[in-house]
Amino acid sequence: MTGQPRESDGHVGTVFPQVAHFAEPLHLACASVLGPYQLVYETYGKLNVRKDNAILICHALSGTHHVAGHYAEDPRAVGWWDNMVGPGKPVDTQRFFVIGVNNLGGCHGSTGPSSIDPATEAPYGASFPFLTVEDWVHAQARLADLLGITSFAAVMGGSLGGMQALQWTLSYPGRVRHALVIAAAPSLSAQNIGFNEVARQAITSDPHFHGGDFYRAGVIPERGLRLARMLGHITYLSDDAMMAKFGRELLGGTPHYSLEVEFEIESYLRYQGKKFSERFDANTYLIMTKALDYFDPARAHGGNLSLALAGVQAHFLLVSFTSDWRFSPARSREIVQALLDNRVPVSYAEIASNQGHDAFLMENGDYFAVVRAYLERVARECHA
Amino acid sequence: MIRADHELIAKGVAPDSRVLDLGCGDGQLLAHLQKVRRVTGYGIEIVPERVVAALKNGVQVLQVNLEEGLSGFMDGSFDTVILSQTLQAMRHTEAILREMLRVGREGIVTFPNFGYWRHRWQVLNGMMPKSPDMPYEWYDTPNVHLCTLQDFEALCARIGAQVMERSVMGPHGVTVDWLPNLRGSLAYYRIRSQTT
Repeated sequence: MTGQPRESDGHVGTVFPQVAHFAEPLHLACASVLGPYQLVYETYGKLNVRKDNAILICHALSGTHHVAGHYAEDPRAVGWWDNMVGPGKPVDTQRFFVIGVNNLGGCHGSTGPSSIDPATEAPYGASFPFLTVEDWVHAQARLADLLGITSFAAVMGGSLGGMQALQWTLSYPGRVRHALVIAAAPSLSAQNIGFNEVARQAITSDPHFHGGDFYRAGVIPERGLRLARMLGHITYLSDDAMMAKFGRELLGGTPHYSLEVEFEIESYLRYQGKKFSERFDANTYLIMTKALDYFDPARAHGGNLSLALAGVQAHFLLVSFTSDWRFSPARSREIVQALLDNRVPVSYAEIASNQGHDAFLMENGDYFAVVRAYLERVARECHA
Repeated sequence: MIRADHELIAKGVAPDSRVLDLGCGDGQLLAHLQKVRRVTGYGIEIVPERVVAALKNGVQVLQVNLEEGLSGFMDGSFDTVILSQTLQAMRHTEAILREMLRVGREGIVTFPNFGYWRHRWQVLNGMMPKSPDMPYEWYDTPNVHLCTLQDFEALCARIGAQVMERSVMGPHGVTVDWLPNLRGSLAYYRIRSQTT
């Protein structure tokens, strides 16, 4: 199926997911072999004749291939980075050919724990292998091969997506000309791993988890997923942003002395948790958080990030947000530092925002102007 | 149109060298040096609009607060570190000069000369001075540490900086050799650490 977006009003319009099948198994970091497998992806804009105007967008923990536009059958299903990607937007689909791909292990069409294992004709469940950021990048590179893209104009992403962009410059230094690494970190802190572990415990201790093989039982560990998402949401926002958005007004005006929802934040977290548990696979959540925890390119170099980045050829833009305490500006500056040590061309913007980690998903004048200005340069390089 | 002080700075920068421009503004100087001297390097800027402008001008820019020093840069990692009309707006004047001589083999500093006769004349007449190089009112100026040529040279001596070259410009970019501290409105210095 070919997506033919209708470009109007700065939106890419109606889009269609496509599926790429890969017969050759993929060798994973955990020493397992996965395959055959499929990846679901979307594209926006046109690949030029030289095939040098492609931008790969890597998604974060709970993202998907649906980056921009909407579906004909569900106009409300707008892509998660629709404010960033589209005609005339910072990632201008009139100049670039933009690809969004659901990562391996996902639950939105790419082969993942909820997919059917051809060997058993039952969902993989607990038998699905653990994945790493490197594995994702290798899988994405195969999709690029399939699309005839030998070198990306840019690979970009926020949070875990930014880690993938960074990994691209290490795994395939000759295949990525620019990396836009936004609200990311060179590795998770112990605190971050701690948050992930609480989220995983919430899921695995749900009686409906069944050791990961809940599909057979016809249930989902919904309560665990809700709790995991509620915890996540608290860490994605700043204290100030939460207070500004939800305050501490009591819904009834006075205390009810009950466990029912009384504060706006309780209502919000419960709603977000419920919504998430209805669309996300518990095993995918476990695998994605573990991939986050494992990411640490410096590990193979005695913890020295500068050594780890010695071979990069790409140019970089790093962006961080002042109120992001999950992946703080200091973590982005570690990457900048390592790039400077290697004399790599890098630009860095520290955007004033009170939105916390979630700021990378939100429209912000300075942030969008920086990405736009940087990508205009990239566009000029490939005459897009 | 290339500014006269940018031309002067370009003359003091070696071809194909590595340059760090502190307070790079919209990146015009660095873009000029990239073009005429094929330099590589980075600009440092704190104001968001200027970071965007520098990106548009095709230079690598890092949004870092200079007042916090240059701890991100290794000793001697640049051939030339430039402070183009930035020194007078710095709070930690001495610290940034020491940092530039640590990070760069050479430093280029330009600043408006407070000792320029028109400035002195305005003070004599009871007003804070204003000029093309110091266009601000006293109440909205970003300049906190204005100085004269003599003042700057005294500070260089104090921190062990050797003046390798001095050039002083009058209005319209004309070089001033006679009574520079009186007749010059913009000062250019090339300095290096005496210990290296």
